[in-house]
Amino acid sequence: MNTTWSRFNVTSIVLGFAFLYLPIVLLIVFSFNESKLVTVWGGFSTKWYVSLFHNQGLMDATWVTARVGVISATVATVLGTLAALTLTRYTRFRGRVLFSGMVFAPLVMPEVITGLSLLLLFVAIGLDRGFFTVTLAHITLTMCFVAVVVQSRLVSFDRSLEEAAMDLGATPAKTFFQITLPVILPAIVSGWMLAFTLSLDDLVIASFTSGPGATTLPMKIYSQVRLGVTPEINAACTILIAVVAVGVILASIANKRREVQRQLDERAAQRG
Amino acid sequence: MSNIAVTDAAMPSTAAKPFLTRLGAGFVNRLVIIVPYLWLLFFFLIPFVIVFKISLSQTAIAMPPYTPVLDFREGISGFFERFRNLNFDNYVWLTQDALYFKAYVTSLIIAAISTVLTLLVGYPIAYGMARAPATIRPTLLMLVILPFWTSFLIRVYAWIGILKPEGLLNQLLLSLHIINQPLVILNTYTAIFIGIVYSYLPFMVLPLYSSLEKMDYSLIEAAKDLGCPPTSAFWKITFPLSLPGVIAGCLLVFIPAVGEFVIPDLLGGSQTLMIGKTLWNEFFANRDWPVSSAVAVILLLLLTVPIMLFQQAQARAQEQDK
Repeated sequence: MNTTWSRFNVTSIVLGFAFLYLPIVLLIVFSFNESKLVTVWGGFSTKWYVSLFHNQGLMDATWVTARVGVISATVATVLGTLAALTLTRYTRFRGRVLFSGMVFAPLVMPEVITGLSLLLLFVAIGLDRGFFTVTLAHITLTMCFVAVVVQSRLVSFDRSLEEAAMDLGATPAKTFFQITLPVILPAIVSGWMLAFTLSLDDLVIASFTSGPGATTLPMKIYSQVRLGVTPEINAACTILIAVVAVGVILASIANKRREVQRQLDERAAQRG
Repeated sequence: MSNIAVTDAAMPSTAAKPFLTRLGAGFVNRLVIIVPYLWLLFFFLIPFVIVFKISLSQTAIAMPPYTPVLDFREGISGFFERFRNLNFDNYVWLTQDALYFKAYVTSLIIAAISTVLTLLVGYPIAYGMARAPATIRPTLLMLVILPFWTSFLIRVYAWIGILKPEGLLNQLLLSLHIINQPLVILNTYTAIFIGIVYSYLPFMVLPLYSSLEKMDYSLIEAAKDLGCPPTSAFWKITFPLSLPGVIAGCLLVFIPAVGEFVIPDLLGGSQTLMIGKTLWNEFFANRDWPVSSAVAVILLLLLTVPIMLFQQAQARAQEQDK
């Protein structure tokens, strides 16, 4: 295969990744810029990080965003996993076409439509806009992403494992928690992380469904960007990127370790 | 928990029976379907009905800022009274003001051009990844997904610093003496194209990669042995086989791009016209909820066909995986 990996292939990958990563790298570099001008290098400094932590509005928004993210990602993971089970396991029930439509459509639906429609729903049922409504909106959006991630794992799941467990007398509940869940757990974990980052990231839906006192970080960043680009925003973005990067790295290490453990177990089982 | 006990008792060990019947027709079982179903029905489908309803009402200085429509609380006669008063003024308004028509058309064109550009940029990357040594493929895949984890808003924001007249791109080009005057890119449609291609690239690369990776490359070898030049081998074999990935990727880029707000707002400036921005301004600046609802309804209608195609593509991919 190595021989077919031509120079053209390598070049296109290198250029492609440069395109993907260069803006992010530049953003991080200029967050350490002494100068107030975002694009002129004036020496190394961490002063923007210091001023960031004295910006009370930004800190409040961060706290709101983190809470919305954790709650909505957790609920969305439960609902999304159920939706994925429904999509893969129950091939025949009334309204299945509608159901799969409702799972897939939010993935591509323009955010302005989702945001507006959810807002009008909350107004119609008389729910005060704020923390709670943003969380509900994020659950709805992100559960569909969780469903797709978990579903792709369930499709390749070897069903005979479940059958074996049940033949050995395990109850369906026990089979699910001892066999099915551990196998699809990596997908559930990455589903949760995806849901969390999507929630952390969302500007449009949050702007529609949020109310006073529940300003999220993207809303805050957006309003500051409109006033002008400052290194302080670069610093805020860098911290966000760092948090996500650490999360992704930890998850992949955990994944790797589980994989190694599984291989060891398999080898031990073969020997035994 | 009693439900589980019931299904347990009713469960003889019959390996041939499918999962559903094995779990029993229990309540727990039905709950798996019902909970997400009802959630999506209530938070995804019903809101669209409300959007349509509000789009038929009038703006009012009140909270919420629209006149009530089709209120069942007033009984049947009241309902019919309202029904007679329903009006499509907001839709008529959309056709009368050329701004909206232009915004829809521009959005569709911009989304279409950006989709083609994303395909042109994404295809070589996906192809290179699919032909990479199997050992480094997971790493490459990870590298494509990673930017997706960093904030979309941040990634768009990063481009402002690059594309500004005194930005990094112009600094670079000026210092290399490629240009004498700074290029005006920020606040033009070019900036929107760059923003969309950049932000949506992973959505294009991933489905392309998954269909290219499955391809049997001995077909290309065979074509080469039979004297087929590489370019026509590509168009006759590789491209047709990757078509499901091309379709899925294009739909994943095109549909959200039509209604995109953040990219035209931050990179396009005030001169560029896109429907997502129009809807946002109608709602937040003009506080005209009925007109923004009407804008949303028309946008949804325009996107119905692409969304249905997307769903079919998803369902087909799911079938193939099984």
